[in-house]
Amino acid sequence: MSDVAPLSFQDLILTLHDYWGKQGCAILQPYDMEMGAGTFHTATTLRALGPDPWNAAFVQPSRRPTDGRYGENPNRLGAYYQYQVILKPSPPNLQELYLGSLKAIGIDPLLHDIRFVEDDWESPTLGAWGLGWEVWCDGMEVTQFTYFQQMGGFDCKPVSGELTYGLERLAMYIQNKDSIFDLAYNNATADRPAITYGDVFRENERQMSTYHFEVADTDMLFDAFKKATAECESCLQHALPIPAYEQAIKASHIFNILQARGVISVQERASYMGRVRDLAKGSCQAWMEKNGWAV
Amino acid sequence: MTDFLLELRSEEIPARMQVKAKEDLARLFNDALAKAGLAAASVETFATPRRLALIATGLPLATDAVSEETKGPKVGAPPQAMEGFLRKAGLTQDQLIERDGVYFAVVEKAGRQTADVLAEAIPAIIRAFPWPKSQRWGAASVSTESLRWVRPLQGIVALLGDAVVHCEIDGIVSGAETMGHRFHHSGPVTIGNAGDYIEKLRAAHVLVHFSERCAIIRDGAKAAAAAAGLTLVEDEGLVVENAGLTEWPVPMLGRFDPAFLDVPQEVIQLTARVNQKYFVCHDSNGKLANAFVCTANIDAHDGGAAIVAGNEKVLAARLSDAKFFWEQDLKVALDDQATKLAQITFHEKLGSVADKVERVAKLARWLVEEGIVKGATADAAERAARLCKADLVTGMVGEFPELQGLMGGYYARAQGESDAVADAVRDHYKPVGQGDDVPTAPVTVAVSLADKLDTLARFFAAGMPPTGSKDPFALRRAAIGLLSLIMDNGLRSSFRKLLIETGAATSYFDLEAFLIDRLKVQQREAGVRHDLIDAVFSLGGEDDLVRLLARVKALQAYITTAEGANLLAAYKRAANILKQAEGVDAAAPAPAELVTEELALRTALDAAEPKAAAALSVEDFEGAMAALATLRAPIDAFFEGVMVNDPDPAKRAFRLGLLARFRDAVTQVADFSKIEG
Repeated sequence: MSDVAPLSFQDLILTLHDYWGKQGCAILQPYDMEMGAGTFHTATTLRALGPDPWNAAFVQPSRRPTDGRYGENPNRLGAYYQYQVILKPSPPNLQELYLGSLKAIGIDPLLHDIRFVEDDWESPTLGAWGLGWEVWCDGMEVTQFTYFQQMGGFDCKPVSGELTYGLERLAMYIQNKDSIFDLAYNNATADRPAITYGDVFRENERQMSTYHFEVADTDMLFDAFKKATAECESCLQHALPIPAYEQAIKASHIFNILQARGVISVQERASYMGRVRDLAKGSCQAWMEKNGWAV
Repeated sequence: MTDFLLELRSEEIPARMQVKAKEDLARLFNDALAKAGLAAASVETFATPRRLALIATGLPLATDAVSEETKGPKVGAPPQAMEGFLRKAGLTQDQLIERDGVYFAVVEKAGRQTADVLAEAIPAIIRAFPWPKSQRWGAASVSTESLRWVRPLQGIVALLGDAVVHCEIDGIVSGAETMGHRFHHSGPVTIGNAGDYIEKLRAAHVLVHFSERCAIIRDGAKAAAAAAGLTLVEDEGLVVENAGLTEWPVPMLGRFDPAFLDVPQEVIQLTARVNQKYFVCHDSNGKLANAFVCTANIDAHDGGAAIVAGNEKVLAARLSDAKFFWEQDLKVALDDQATKLAQITFHEKLGSVADKVERVAKLARWLVEEGIVKGATADAAERAARLCKADLVTGMVGEFPELQGLMGGYYARAQGESDAVADAVRDHYKPVGQGDDVPTAPVTVAVSLADKLDTLARFFAAGMPPTGSKDPFALRRAAIGLLSLIMDNGLRSSFRKLLIETGAATSYFDLEAFLIDRLKVQQREAGVRHDLIDAVFSLGGEDDLVRLLARVKALQAYITTAEGANLLAAYKRAANILKQAEGVDAAAPAPAELVTEELALRTALDAAEPKAAAALSVEDFEGAMAALATLRAPIDAFFEGVMVNDPDPAKRAFRLGLLARFRDAVTQVADFSKIEG
């Protein structure tokens, strides 16, 4: 590592905000709904459509109920943080910009082995795909780097470049910790030690794992899934793509909890995902129409 | 003569695509040259993650002028013919040349500058490049018609001799500048000509020769292992993949906690290889060592200590995941796992995997009880079949699907199943396609055969055979597996009997024809002729595949001798004559006087017929062929000395009868009419 003290979790975020803000990105706030990945944020999904330029960066809390481990596994979380950057159209020096951000957070590319390893991205629930890489730092995947080709089943015209940093992994790397829960969340002061990631989130992991795996009322969730579906369709009939899309996000998260509860069989899984995809696609189509873009 | 350099620089090209891309570049370039009437003395291609390049030597600076002559109408031909010819040639009649009473149009084509040919060819090659997957990018991608490349294309170097070949594609202009290593070199590298490309890039920390990077990785990884007193587990696939991920490869040895060695070594090797692209090592006892070799893309200024430490941490996290799955899986009996198979669909029309297991268990048991598979107990076969798919619901196979079977074998052994059962669980997917090891352990053979038989019969019966290039359920592979199991183990059974036992025999004829087709493909490599397979198969009634192939081989051994070829010729001659004759009767009475050749043939037939039949009845196909061979000389002499279509009807009838006996004797062994040549 470098001579200076490694960045705390919060300083990692602040440094990326500072870096991407200087590159002309609007620094947005997280979307205020439960979602599985930063890509679901309307700043990515909807803004990736249409011809208008768009440059934004934000943190997105990402919920993955099935990945919860009751706070016991040092590498896995049911809720974690993604740092998303979307640049549209993708600039010609996107890789250099990205590598600049790694330097900004203290990764020296002549000390650490940075590699772009083929990994094509696909989101079956968003009807989206792109080509790109997972970026490796000494063999660890720290970022997903994607050139969006389609979103909601529509060609991206123009193509956006999307960067998704796994913040906890990067922080573990920078701080040289073996457990997520040992990460320094903030900075120690003269009279107070730094608090850890575990201090902030471990109890959430325990309770949410119990809820997702053991307690969540599946009848209520099946019902909620149906209602979100119906509400989405109603919004689409009123040509309201944003509220429609929010219902699609809601349905997607409910589906994820049902998966964690183990009540969706392998056979049903594809059909639930297909329903969410239809909602997301319908929302994207309504968004295109609302903006007067050819579908 | 001069040399040409082309470099297409892009963002990182997937490692798996680089070798093919080199071939494609050479092919497209040579085609473009050939179309312009040019050829290079040599063409060499290069690939790294960030560039695809080509050097062609010995190119002429220009193509030769050529004069093309087109033949036109004769002097005095109708005026319409002349008008049509002139229109096509774009000439007037006084521009034509007359020679020997015929008009010719002569067009002089000037030579072209090679640079001009190349300037046209480069954009065409880029647009036509067959990447398995390609993308749009940047501002131009507002149109879906914008340039596509495997990843964004960044620059083109095109130098003919010392001069830039000027071309442009979607705003990318050719030049002489490229980039060196992403981290070891900043700023552009200016290339003078093809001759200094390789060395200038080497100075900028880029090894453009794929083979040079492979050699560094291969040798360096071995040396790193040897320096630690270990032996590298060589893996050429990993060598190539790492060469495709690096421009300046540096292999380095790392370690992991020996406690992880409790996990089956295949799991460690797989996660190291597939997820991390690491080599693994053996210790002096040939056991997996707690060490790996990773390949970095830089000469790190701390000698690689931080890189090794980082990679060790990543592998440790992966291995702790694997260890977690291994330990969790060991806590659940395979019988309990197997009950969960009811939740997994085998195919929507064919029920769950649990349903399949039930069928395979019965079939495996039956194969042993019927004596088709010898040397196993029926209980062991059924037991293995009932456990064979249970690992599909384990955590480890969920994480690493390619370990199916293998993990089941480990879990079966761990819960105290016999070796025969555990081995069968492990190996029952084998053989996976042609060239894979074919199981010989009886319990394994029973389960593997039952599994494949069930798959084939069920998909055919449900009307889902492979069509054209579509084979979504890998039935061709299953068929090859089935055939290999039967042939290599000499399993004797009528195929019809096997199929009836599956309970899904409704498409018997389709499946049989499909298997014969696969048999031809499978045997082609062994040099067995497909027409001879047809010749034996079309006799009908021969659906014991082992016997069928033995007959084919005996037939091939004989038919490819000079004597066999003569017999075949004689057969064809006889068959032709008989085809044109009417009312042939093999038992036609002999006329009072017989010529020598008739007598000799009859005597030979009298002797050969029972011999061939007797040999066939004991499956002595060489013996049957030998019996037929005794007919070769008499039949040749017969054709030589006797006129079959004699004016005397009695003589003719007898001779036709002799030929019919000859044909029928031959046909007992194989349908010679199917044999080519």
